[in-house]
Amino acid sequence: MAKTYQTYYVPEQSPWPIVGAIALFLLAFGAGHFVNEVTRNKAGHGEYMLLAGVALLVFMLVGWFRNVIDESMSGLYSAQMDRSFRQGMSWFIFSEVMFFAAFFGALFYARMIAMPWLDGESNNAMTAEILWPDFSAHWPMTKTPGGIETTAMPWQGLPLYNTLILLTSSVTLQFAHVALEQGKRLQLRLMLLLTVMLGASFLALQAYEYMHAYQELNLRLDSGIYGNTFFLLTGFHGLHVTLGALFLAVIWLRIMLKNHFTAHNHFAFQAAAWYWHFVDVVWLCLFVFVYVL
Amino acid sequence: MSTTSTDLHQHADHGHHHPPAGFKRWLYTTNHKDIGTLYLLFALTMFFIGGAMAMVIRAELFQPGLQLVQPAFFNQMTTVHGLIMVFGAVMPAFTGLANWLIPMMIGAPDMALPRMNNWSFWILPFAFAILLMSLFMEGGGPGFGWTFYAPLSTKYSGDSTALFVFSVHIMGISSIMGAINVIVTIFNLRAPGMTWMKMPLFVWTWLITAFLLIAVMPVLAGTVTMVLTDKYFGTSFFDAAGGGDPVLFQHIFWFFGHPEVYIMILPAFGIVSSIVPTFSRKPLFGYASMVYATSSIALLSFLVWAHHMFTTGMPVFAELFFMYCTMLIAVPTGVKVFNWVATMWRGALTFEVPMMFAIAFIVLFTIGGFSGLMLAITPADFQYHDTYFVVAHFHYVLVTGAIFSIIAAAYYWLPKWTGHMYDETLGQWHFWCSLISVNLLFFPMHFVGLAGMPRRIPDYALQFADFNALISIGGFAFGLSQLLFVWLLVKCIKGGPPATNQVWEGATGLEWELSSPPPYHSFTTPPDIK
Repeated sequence: MAKTYQTYYVPEQSPWPIVGAIALFLLAFGAGHFVNEVTRNKAGHGEYMLLAGVALLVFMLVGWFRNVIDESMSGLYSAQMDRSFRQGMSWFIFSEVMFFAAFFGALFYARMIAMPWLDGESNNAMTAEILWPDFSAHWPMTKTPGGIETTAMPWQGLPLYNTLILLTSSVTLQFAHVALEQGKRLQLRLMLLLTVMLGASFLALQAYEYMHAYQELNLRLDSGIYGNTFFLLTGFHGLHVTLGALFLAVIWLRIMLKNHFTAHNHFAFQAAAWYWHFVDVVWLCLFVFVYVL
Repeated sequence: MSTTSTDLHQHADHGHHHPPAGFKRWLYTTNHKDIGTLYLLFALTMFFIGGAMAMVIRAELFQPGLQLVQPAFFNQMTTVHGLIMVFGAVMPAFTGLANWLIPMMIGAPDMALPRMNNWSFWILPFAFAILLMSLFMEGGGPGFGWTFYAPLSTKYSGDSTALFVFSVHIMGISSIMGAINVIVTIFNLRAPGMTWMKMPLFVWTWLITAFLLIAVMPVLAGTVTMVLTDKYFGTSFFDAAGGGDPVLFQHIFWFFGHPEVYIMILPAFGIVSSIVPTFSRKPLFGYASMVYATSSIALLSFLVWAHHMFTTGMPVFAELFFMYCTMLIAVPTGVKVFNWVATMWRGALTFEVPMMFAIAFIVLFTIGGFSGLMLAITPADFQYHDTYFVVAHFHYVLVTGAIFSIIAAAYYWLPKWTGHMYDETLGQWHFWCSLISVNLLFFPMHFVGLAGMPRRIPDYALQFADFNALISIGGFAFGLSQLLFVWLLVKCIKGGPPATNQVWEGATGLEWELSSPPPYHSFTTPPDIK
């Protein structure tokens, strides 16, 4: 609680939340139809609704954040408001951690429990003998009980480079933050740009890795539990890198074009940085548990 | 009006005296009271839609044999009834109460992030529109139960599954944002002097609930995502042929699902802990132990999920671990029940409608707790699993638990919200009709369940016919009794004897120092808490 109490800013009525709700409706309803249409070869227009939802969501985010930035620049926010934003962002990141935890949990369960059981461990000897006589437990599961074969993705080479790229980007982002706090604007601009570029190159390499997996390794989303966990974990991580890089890019543009953020007032920068470091930590877990072990 | 409240009122009048007029007030609002009202009205509407589905279920089960609906439609009714009551009625009602009350209880001007608060609410009508529209799709809506076990939801479900998945996604977004708002408000917007151990228990229980929500709603999002990719994109998370396991679904789902049921009961504990002291005219017995008990229940809720899965063939060690952890929950829950009873002990009791519902809560929720203990015993659970005994258990904790507490809260704070006293006679009628019918509805379910009647089927063996007819009569009576509540609400909103600031003689807390109804913006300047 603030010792010296300023009035807490309660915003006026805003049209953006309802626009956001309509956007999510279009997104969810469109996606629900689109998924059926692409996988079941049915006629329909789900994709237009989905795209309209995405467009409206982007429109809403731009409008909403513009409001917030204007309010922040005109000095309406107190230190207490700043704490609300920081705490809100921290809890949001915690919710993201739990989202990834669900998929890591699935990976660990499949690997440590389901796979040995399919091979007859615990009290499953007869079941394995009758249902899956040819299956032997081995991770990465390159041959499923049902007989789908695939190749594992090695950690050496491209995934290792990607790890180095992301780790470097966290360091450059930290340099940018220090530069911001010390008022070294040129260093801030360069380091932030470098971070975004490292993020983009990570994504490009990841895309290349996916093509390599599909075309040469026969490692696909539907290649059994190894392919499932590989693509959903790296895919959702890639999605988060994309969002994080866009977030940082917007921050960079605000610095370049409008000269926003000061040494003491830079919540949005801080939020983007937290998000980026979080994405980095997720990648480290991914690298260890999906690629190396 | 006491001096303090006059002061508070004058402070509050700095902002707008009156809310903007017209429908834009509700669409664009950033006011915690408006958003609270929206949540509560939405929850009430959903309560009746989900209730209508329960009426279809009970009408079909009135007699053995197939009378009214096809089995597939019956399954859709049980599924959507469950989803609507959990995500559309109970959770939004608690969020509505949190919105209305938490800022007033801790002396805050509003919720910490008011625009996001509006967004959290307005996602909900759209999410449920999608879910309800899926019922009219070719092939029907989701029919795999609210727990959407694989492979029912992956291999044997209809085209509406994708809509179900995405509507759950956006419900989750709404809940997470709502919970973040509650947590940040409580951490950051307490008035000076409102220390942690001075917070009203409703605020404490909601703080812990919000933590549970942020921890487990993303896990639900992950679960539905895996169902989506299993069904549509050829993954095999829940398919043994591809190296997955259908039991994995149950582990992930119940890792979300068990904390979820505490999300639906912890705020109820907060409500009852507010009401019982007021009408006993005594402070709450064991305030600190209530806080610790609530926290322990929340922590234990992460360690008991597999008690929903005793019959899946887990190793014996796991069954024992989850059995003992589950039984441990009885300890902090017993602390709570003891404290409520001890609060009433030698109190100057009066029995207005909120107190009646609160006492009914204590007794009937405890019955649900006891049947929960029976279910926790692994070897016994093999008999009870998937029978009407389970249905009886969770309806005792959710209807006579969560929903009775919500109704009690509505009666308790209605004079504060509207500025009018409700009709006490009509309220007593509502209480007694509800109490008798709800027990007629759910108590015999224990008997048919123990005798082996399975849940989620539209037909049953002849020996269950008499009890099922009674249950259905109880169901219709309970449904009709709730119309009395709507009548009472309309009367109270339109008028009635003016309520004083304190409303109830024994009520304590910041919200009772404000006028009834409170000013549009409650505490623009924080009050001083001694």
